[in-house]
Amino acid sequence: MMALLVKIERKEIGIVFILLALLSLIGGVFFGSLSALQFIIPGFMNDFPFFKSRPLHVSLVVSWIFLSAIGGIYYYLPRYCKLPLFSNKLPRFHFWIFLFTGIVILGCYIIGKFGGRKYWEFPPILAVPIVISWILFGFNYFKTVARKVGEWPVYLWMWGTGILFFLFTFCESYLWIFPYFRDNIVRDITVQWKAYGALVGSWNMLVYGTVIFLMERIKGDESIARSRLSFLMYFLGLTNLLFGWAHHIYVVPTNPFIRNFAYFISMTELIILGRIIWNWKSSLTAAKKDFYLIPYKFIVASDFWILANLILALTISVPAINIFTHGTHITVAHAMGSTIGINTMILLASSVFLIADISKHEYSLTEKKIITGGFWVLNIFLTIFFLALLFAGAEKGMLIVEDKLNFQEIMQHISPYLTLFTLAGLGIFVGILLIAIPSIKTINKYLLQ
Amino acid sequence: MSLISKRVVFGALAFSFFMYSYFVYTTGTAIDKGENLMNEASKKGKLVFQKYNCIACHQIYGLGGYMGPDITNVISENGKGAIYAKAFLTSGTKRMPNLHLSEDEINELLAYLTYIDKTGISPVKRFKINYDGTVSEN
Repeated sequence: MMALLVKIERKEIGIVFILLALLSLIGGVFFGSLSALQFIIPGFMNDFPFFKSRPLHVSLVVSWIFLSAIGGIYYYLPRYCKLPLFSNKLPRFHFWIFLFTGIVILGCYIIGKFGGRKYWEFPPILAVPIVISWILFGFNYFKTVARKVGEWPVYLWMWGTGILFFLFTFCESYLWIFPYFRDNIVRDITVQWKAYGALVGSWNMLVYGTVIFLMERIKGDESIARSRLSFLMYFLGLTNLLFGWAHHIYVVPTNPFIRNFAYFISMTELIILGRIIWNWKSSLTAAKKDFYLIPYKFIVASDFWILANLILALTISVPAINIFTHGTHITVAHAMGSTIGINTMILLASSVFLIADISKHEYSLTEKKIITGGFWVLNIFLTIFFLALLFAGAEKGMLIVEDKLNFQEIMQHISPYLTLFTLAGLGIFVGILLIAIPSIKTINKYLLQ
Repeated sequence: MSLISKRVVFGALAFSFFMYSYFVYTTGTAIDKGENLMNEASKKGKLVFQKYNCIACHQIYGLGGYMGPDITNVISENGKGAIYAKAFLTSGTKRMPNLHLSEDEINELLAYLTYIDKTGISPVKRFKINYDGTVSEN
């Protein structure tokens, strides 16, 4: 197995990242489905409890996002941006560090060795190789793009911003190891969510940079990534990444300025919402024209999910609404809707584009049909999944504020929605398999040639 | 947009972010009523909480997993309290596996929960909604 991996990583590092990303995605959605079943069937697979299956789900899905975004960047820079990588060895080190650290992290979860922090639930020492691999990536990236003659398109800014702020926020999320942060729960939670909020923003920079790059290629229109408006939107997104995180922690008793400032910053996203609605009609006309292209299908779907999630994000950023939705499944709907509907759709578009490009292989008619089928299965079940979470969250929020039922009674009340959410989750798993398996097969054919 | 103006905007945002981070690390989070209440047992309890990945299922201030309840005020809530929490920690339930915690670990966890309880309220059930969409606690 190792010999095979060594052989294939020499071939084209970008595609190897994508292969590992697709395997992580399948694993992540599998453990997500298992966690959901444990949620609705108490005692289901008690030997492998929820507190083990959930971190496996989260870490694998986050790995999917990073690996596929990074794989795309390593592939697109030399092939499409005319920027040969500064070093071809560093991405290989990056890959092996990521793979070995990932295996150790999964092993830790399985044997029950935790760091116990939401999202990064592995022992903190394992953050060290992740930081090292990210430094290698950042060093190579900036040395590569520094040679770019002329002005950078916006996606080069976005990728660079994503790399820099990931490094900062990832390190910041480990400040809890110092007693100054750890021994004050308000400071600890605030800094943790400051770091996570901005960290999600930084991976969004990698993902949104990718979609702008893809749109530029598919449309053959370079102005998409160079216009004044795209830079204004980038800076607005960056402002939200840096200052809009505190809507996660309105209920935490911090200095009121932190909450009010986040409320104000979050509302600036209305400008982005307005722009999307303004462009909606022309986007639809364009969508009809290019919808036969598989990557474009995923981009159109992500457009729809951006709209739905932005409306939800804006709504729950209003403190008067957040007081009902915080700590309910509406927050999960927002997180899952963004991760699957926006990030995964864009990264699937990028993966499918890249796989077809490198293998010089137009997917066969059968494969195209399977992937298109997967696309519809994924989107239909994601819609049911999203709505079930919204209804479950709304009901739970109202019941908590009414304060008449205890936790168990509330859970019983919302169990029909949670059952629907679990079934829809299984549908999402099927959709992902239909898309990922033909793609993995194509990568294998290319790598083993 | 010229290159210089892009650099200026980026630099200004990055600088403001680092200044704001300093504010959050210090003044912005200095009002924790519990800081001086965190004794050795609760410090250890916090590490026990992390060792068993309790946040995967439970929430503190509404943040965490939704398999189990928010435990911010489990110690002071009507009909609950330290004995109630201890029973769960000792035996588990159908939803919560028995983690076979030692007596020391249980006591440290209880000390940690007692500390958290004194720092604030979650979920907030008594509040007033203001005209600008903000909320004040009653």
